[in-house]
Amino acid sequence: MNIKARRSAALVPATPAPATEALPAVDAAGLGQLAVFDEPTTDVPSGAARLRAENISAWFGDRKVLDRVSLTMEPGKVTALIGPSGCGKSTFLRILNRMHEMVPSASLAGQVRLDGTDIYDPSQRVTAARRQIGMVFQKANPFPAMSIYENTIAGLKLAGIKADRVEKDFLVEDSLRKASLWEEVKDRLHQPGGGLSGGQQQRLCIARSLAVSPRVLLMDEPCSALDPTSTRRVEETIHSLRGQITIVIVTHNMQQAARVSDECAFFLAAHNQPGGIVEHGDTEAMFGAPRDSRTSDYVNGRFG
Amino acid sequence: MSTITPETLIPERPEAEADLAKPRTLRNSYTGRDHAFRAITFTGGIIVLVVMLLVGAFLASNGVQAINEVGLWKFLTTANWAPESNDFGIAAVLLGTVQIAAVALLVAMPLALGTSLFITEVAGGWLKKVLTSMVDLLAAVPSVVFGLWGAYMLQPNIVDFSKWISVWFGWIPLFQVDGVDPASPLRDTVPFTASTFIAGLVVAMMIVPIQTSIMTESFRRAPVGEREGAFALGATRWGMIRTVVLPFGKGGIIGGTMLGLGRALGETIAIYLIISPVFEIKFHILEKGANSIAAMIALKYSESNEFAMSALMAAGFSLFLMTMVVNFTASAIIAKSRSGADSEG
Repeated sequence: MNIKARRSAALVPATPAPATEALPAVDAAGLGQLAVFDEPTTDVPSGAARLRAENISAWFGDRKVLDRVSLTMEPGKVTALIGPSGCGKSTFLRILNRMHEMVPSASLAGQVRLDGTDIYDPSQRVTAARRQIGMVFQKANPFPAMSIYENTIAGLKLAGIKADRVEKDFLVEDSLRKASLWEEVKDRLHQPGGGLSGGQQQRLCIARSLAVSPRVLLMDEPCSALDPTSTRRVEETIHSLRGQITIVIVTHNMQQAARVSDECAFFLAAHNQPGGIVEHGDTEAMFGAPRDSRTSDYVNGRFG
Repeated sequence: MSTITPETLIPERPEAEADLAKPRTLRNSYTGRDHAFRAITFTGGIIVLVVMLLVGAFLASNGVQAINEVGLWKFLTTANWAPESNDFGIAAVLLGTVQIAAVALLVAMPLALGTSLFITEVAGGWLKKVLTSMVDLLAAVPSVVFGLWGAYMLQPNIVDFSKWISVWFGWIPLFQVDGVDPASPLRDTVPFTASTFIAGLVVAMMIVPIQTSIMTESFRRAPVGEREGAFALGATRWGMIRTVVLPFGKGGIIGGTMLGLGRALGETIAIYLIISPVFEIKFHILEKGANSIAAMIALKYSESNEFAMSALMAAGFSLFLMTMVVNFTASAIIAKSRSGADSEG
C-alpha cells in the first residue's frame, strides 16, 4: 500500500491521471478463508481492488450533473468524497456500482475500471459488478421480513451460493463482528432485522454487504441518520476494514472525512453547472494545506 | 471528566394541586359547515351499510319459508332442485359454485401474479402505461360479453385440450369423463362442452383484472430503499422480486386473490351462457354439465311460483353469506398488510 507514489493534491479535472501499474491485490486475513463461497458461481478474485473512474459524465434527463470526472480509488484505502449538497458526489458513487442506471431518465459516459476491467463493458454482468462493489445507503434498508441472521447472509441466497449450516454460521458471526454488531445481537440472531435501532440496522446493512466478500465498499453518507455512538462504531468498522477492502465514502461531515479517510476528493458544482472534482489527494494534505482556495474555504467551514 | 456533577432539579409537586395532573377533556368547536360535512359523509357511509343489511335481511326473510318447509339440514344436503315436490337443496349448486371458482382461481392467480410483476418490475415507459390501462379496460368488459366469447370462441377451441387432459390424466377421478372412448378416431368433443372447466376458464378471464390491479398496487409500493439494497448485493431482478417485492406484496397477493374469488363465486351470466345445468353432485370437471347458485337463480327465476321463489331466495342468501365472508377476509388481509411505514429507519 505504500509503494504508490503519492499524487497528493493533484488538480484532477485538468488531465486524467496516468494509469498506475496494477498492484497485487491486498490479501487480507479473514477474507481468504471465505473465498470458498465464491467458487460455485463466479471465479471473481477476492481482496481489495483498485477502482478507477475515467471521464465520468452523468445526466438526469437533459440535466448534466457530472462532467468528465476521473478519480482513482486505491486498493485497501479509504477515499472520502466531500463537497456541498448537489455537487454530484452521490451520483458519482452510484455510478461506481451501476446503481445510477436504475433511475429511468439517467444516463452516463465514461468508464469505471475495477482492476482494469470496465464494469460497464457489455461483456460484464451487472450483478457480478455489484457483488464485487458493495454499497451501504444513507438510509438503513434491512429486509424487514428476514431475521438478523437471514439478513446478514441475504447476499448468498441472492447470488445463488449454496452454503451449509456451519459455513453460514461462520459467515454470519464473521460479518457481524466486522461490522461491530455481533456482541449486541448474538443472542437474538433469529429476531427480525427491522426490530433493531437505526444505528444497529445500518451496521446490519454493512455486515450484509461484507458477507458477500466485496472488493470495494461504497458508503453513501452512512452515518448521516445515526446517533454519535453508532457513528463511532461505523467509523471503527471502516478503520478495521482498511487494507482488506477498498472503501469509498460520501460524507457531509468534515471531521468524519478527516478521521476515516486516507484520501479525499473535493466535489464542487457552480450554480446550474455540472459538478466535478476540484481537488484530490492525501487527506492530511487536503485538510492541512489545500492547493485550491475553494477547498480551503470548504474544509474550514466557510461555505457548504 | 471533571468533578462537577450535574444536578437534576425535581420541582416540588404539592398535593393541593393534584387536580392539575388529571387528563383534560379535549373539545373542538364546530361550525355549521363542519356539521354539514360530517352529516354528509356520515350519511354516505351509513347508507352503504344499511343497503347491505337490507339486502341480507330481504333474502333471509323471503328464504326462511322454503327452508322451514324442508329443514335446514335437508336444504344443505339435497342435490336436486324440485321445489314443487319439496325436494330441493343447494348441495349440488354450492359444490358447483365452489368448483367453478376454484378452477377460475387456479388459472387466474398465476396469470394475475405474472401480469402484475411484469407491469411493475419489467415493463417500462409506454408499455407499462398501455398494459395498466388495458387491465383496467378488461375489468370494464360486461360479463355477458365474456359469456358470449366463452361460448362461441373459447369453447370450440378449448374442448380438444379438455379431451387431451382427460385422455392422459383421466385416471385421476377429477379429470375423468364418462362415455368417451379415447381410442375412437372420431373427433367427439360434445361430452367436453358446457363443463365446469370451461366455465371456470371464462370466469378466470373476468377476475384477472381485479386481481392484477390490486397486486400491481401493492408491488408498486415496495420500498425503493429495499429494492436498491437487494440490487447492491448483486441480486438479479428475480432475486430482488423474491427478496423484497413478494414479501412486501404478500397482503396484496392474498387479498387480491380473495377479492377475485368473491367475484368468481357470484358470477352469473357468463356461467349461465356456457354450462348445461345439472343438479347432481359431481366431481368430473371436464364433463358436460355444471351448475352454480347464481346461474341456477337466473335459470329458474322465470318459471318459479311464490314458494319456488322463496327457495331461490334461500339459495341466494347462502351465496350472499359466502361472498361476504370471502370479501371481508380479503379486505382484512389487505388492510393488515405492511404499508411500508415500518421500513423507515
